[in-house]
Amino acid sequence: MIPPAPSATQSRFVRPAGDLVIEIEGVTKLYKMGDEIIHALRGVELEIRRNEYLAIMGPSGSGKSTLMNMLGCLDTPTAGRYDFNGKNVAHMDDDELAEIRNREIGFVFQTFNLLPRSDALHNVELPLIYAGQPPHVRRERARQVLENVGLGNRIHHRPNELSGGQRQRVAIARALVNNPSIILADEPTGNLDSKTGVEIMALFEQLYEDGNTIIVVTHEEDIARHARRIVRLRDGLIESDENVS
Amino acid sequence: MTRLIYEFTESFRIAFAQIRANKMRSVLTALGVIIGIVAVTLMGTAIHGVDIGFERSLAMLGEDVLYVQKWPWGPVEDWWNYQNRPKIIPRDADALNRIIESTPNSLLDVAVPLVGTSAAVKVGDYQVSGVYVFGTTAGYARLMYADFKEGRLFNDAESLAARQVCVLGGDVVDALFPGRSPIDQTVLIKGQPFTVIGVLEKQGSFLGLFSLDAQAILPIEAYRKYFGLGWRGAEIRVKVRDKTRLLEASDELVGAMRRVRGQLPGERDNFTVNQQQAFKAQLDPVKSGIALAGLFITGLSLFVGAIGIMNITFVSVKERTKEIGTRKALGARRRTILLQFLIEAVSICLIGGVVGLALTYGACLGVEHALPRLPVEFSVNLVFISMAVSILTGIVSGFAPAWGASRLDPVVALRYE
Repeated sequence: MIPPAPSATQSRFVRPAGDLVIEIEGVTKLYKMGDEIIHALRGVELEIRRNEYLAIMGPSGSGKSTLMNMLGCLDTPTAGRYDFNGKNVAHMDDDELAEIRNREIGFVFQTFNLLPRSDALHNVELPLIYAGQPPHVRRERARQVLENVGLGNRIHHRPNELSGGQRQRVAIARALVNNPSIILADEPTGNLDSKTGVEIMALFEQLYEDGNTIIVVTHEEDIARHARRIVRLRDGLIESDENVS
Repeated sequence: MTRLIYEFTESFRIAFAQIRANKMRSVLTALGVIIGIVAVTLMGTAIHGVDIGFERSLAMLGEDVLYVQKWPWGPVEDWWNYQNRPKIIPRDADALNRIIESTPNSLLDVAVPLVGTSAAVKVGDYQVSGVYVFGTTAGYARLMYADFKEGRLFNDAESLAARQVCVLGGDVVDALFPGRSPIDQTVLIKGQPFTVIGVLEKQGSFLGLFSLDAQAILPIEAYRKYFGLGWRGAEIRVKVRDKTRLLEASDELVGAMRRVRGQLPGERDNFTVNQQQAFKAQLDPVKSGIALAGLFITGLSLFVGAIGIMNITFVSVKERTKEIGTRKALGARRRTILLQFLIEAVSICLIGGVVGLALTYGACLGVEHALPRLPVEFSVNLVFISMAVSILTGIVSGFAPAWGASRLDPVVALRYE
C-alpha cells in the first residue's frame, strides 16, 4: 500500500526554488491524424525552477504525454516559446535536441527501457558514451551512481536477473549519471507493485532532498502527492497549478 | 573525435552481442554472403590463373622470335588475298640466313625452318597418336623454350645428312617408356625407325589447348623424306638479337624476305611476319571479356547475399524500435544510430567474408593438389579485395535500413511495442 501522502499538518522538507530551468510560453501542439487535426496543447504557460519537485497530472487525452515529450525535448512545439536554461529549444534540429537530452535531462520510463543484453553498469554508462566520456571515467561514475541508488552489489547483473524495483533503480541511476538539470519520470511506479512503488518514491524524495529537480508525470493522485507542486492538465490547457505543503 | 571512437566501439559491442543473441539468423544471413564471396573470389582466382596461364603460354612463343608464315595470326576477312600466297619452303630460311650474315649490324640472329604435322609414335605394340611431329634444323636449339631433361638436339651434320634421330616430349616418353630412359632406343614414326637422342622437360599446354609435351622433333630433311611439305608448307622462326627493337627487326625481316621472294617494289607482301605481341593483342579482349562476364555472374550471387543482409537489418531495426527510442532519449544522435546498424550489417558481412575467403583458400589448395597443372593462384590482393567487397556490401545493403532507423521520431519509437 502506498501510504497516504503526508497531511498539511506534517511539515515537509521544502528546498527553496532556484534559477529558472524551464520557461514555456503559449506553447501549442497540433497533430494530424488522418483528416482530423488534434489540438494536443492549446497554449500552455509553465515555469519550472531548479530544486523543484513537480507532478504533472491529467486524464488521458489531456495533453499530459505531449507536454512531457515537449519538456523532455523529444518533440518540438507547433508554436510558442520553450526556453531550457535560457536556450530556445523550440526550433532546434534532431541532433541539437539529442545533445540537450543527453546533458540536461534524465529520463525514467514506466517500462524501465533498459538494454536487455547489457549489465547494469553498461546500461548506466550509456549516456556517458554519448557524451563522449572516456571508458575509465564512465565506469567509475556509473559504479558510484549505482551505489548511490543501493545497487552497488548488482552492477554486473543483467536486467532479467534483477527485480522490477531494482530495474527501476538502474534506470534512475542511468538518469542521474550525467548530472542532468531535470529528472523526467513518466509513471515511474506504473509497472511496480505498491510496496516497490513506495521504495522508488522514497528514492525520488531522497534525490529531491539532495538537490535534484524532479518532474513526475502520473495519473495517480497518491504518487502526485509526493511532489511539492502539482500541475493539472485538461483538454490541452493547464487547469490548475498549486503547491502542496 | 574521441566521442566518435567511443560510439564506434559501442557499436561493435552491440553488433557482436546482437549476432551472438541471434545465432541462427546471423549464420543464415552470413551464409548468403559466404556463398557470394566464395563465388566471387573463386572466379577472381580462376581469372588470375587464366592470366598466368596466358602469360606462360605467350612466353613459350618467345618474346624475341618472329614467325614468317603464310597466314597472319587471328582472323582475316579477305582470306582470298592469302589463299594464293606461295608456300613457305625450308630453302627460304637458308636464303634468309645468307642475307642476315651478309648484312652488317643485322638485328636478326638466325632463321630456322619448321614444318610439322600430327602423327603417331610407336614402340612395339604401344603407340601414342596425335603427337606433333615436326622437322627443323640444328639452329632450333637457339630459340627453344623448353630445356632438355636428358640427351641433346641433333647437330648440323645429323640434320643435313637426314639422320633418323629424334627428340621426344615428356608425355610421349612417359607413355612409351614408363620408368626408363628412352635414349638410344628406337621408335617408329610413320613406320620409320628413329633413334631417340634427347628428351624435353615437361612444359604443360599452350593456352590449355594442346599439350607441348606431346611432340617429336626430327631433322628437317628426314621429316621431308617421309612427310613432305604438306599443303600448309613450312614456317620460318627468326630469332631477334635485341627484343627491345622487335619492330625494327620485323621491318628488316620483311625486307629480307621480300628479297628472298624476289618481290618488286609496290607489290604486296606474299607472306606475314607474326609476333607474340600481335597474338597478345588478339587474346586480351577475349581475356577481359571472360573476366567481366565471370565477375558479373558471380557478382549476382553476392548481390543476393546483400539483399539478405538488407532484409535482416530491416528486421533488426523493426525489432529494436523501442531500443532506438530509448537510445535517442539518452542522447544518441542520428549519426550514432546510423553507425550502430551499419556496423551490425558490416560485421555480418565481414564474418561472411572471412569464412568465404577461408573456404576459397581451402578450395585453391585442393585444386592445386588435385590438378597441379591448372594455374590457380591465391593472391594476397584477393584477401584485401574480398575484405573491401564485404565491407562495401555491408555498407550498401545496411544503409537503407540504418538510415531509416536514424530518422525515427523518438516519440514514436518510444511508444512502439
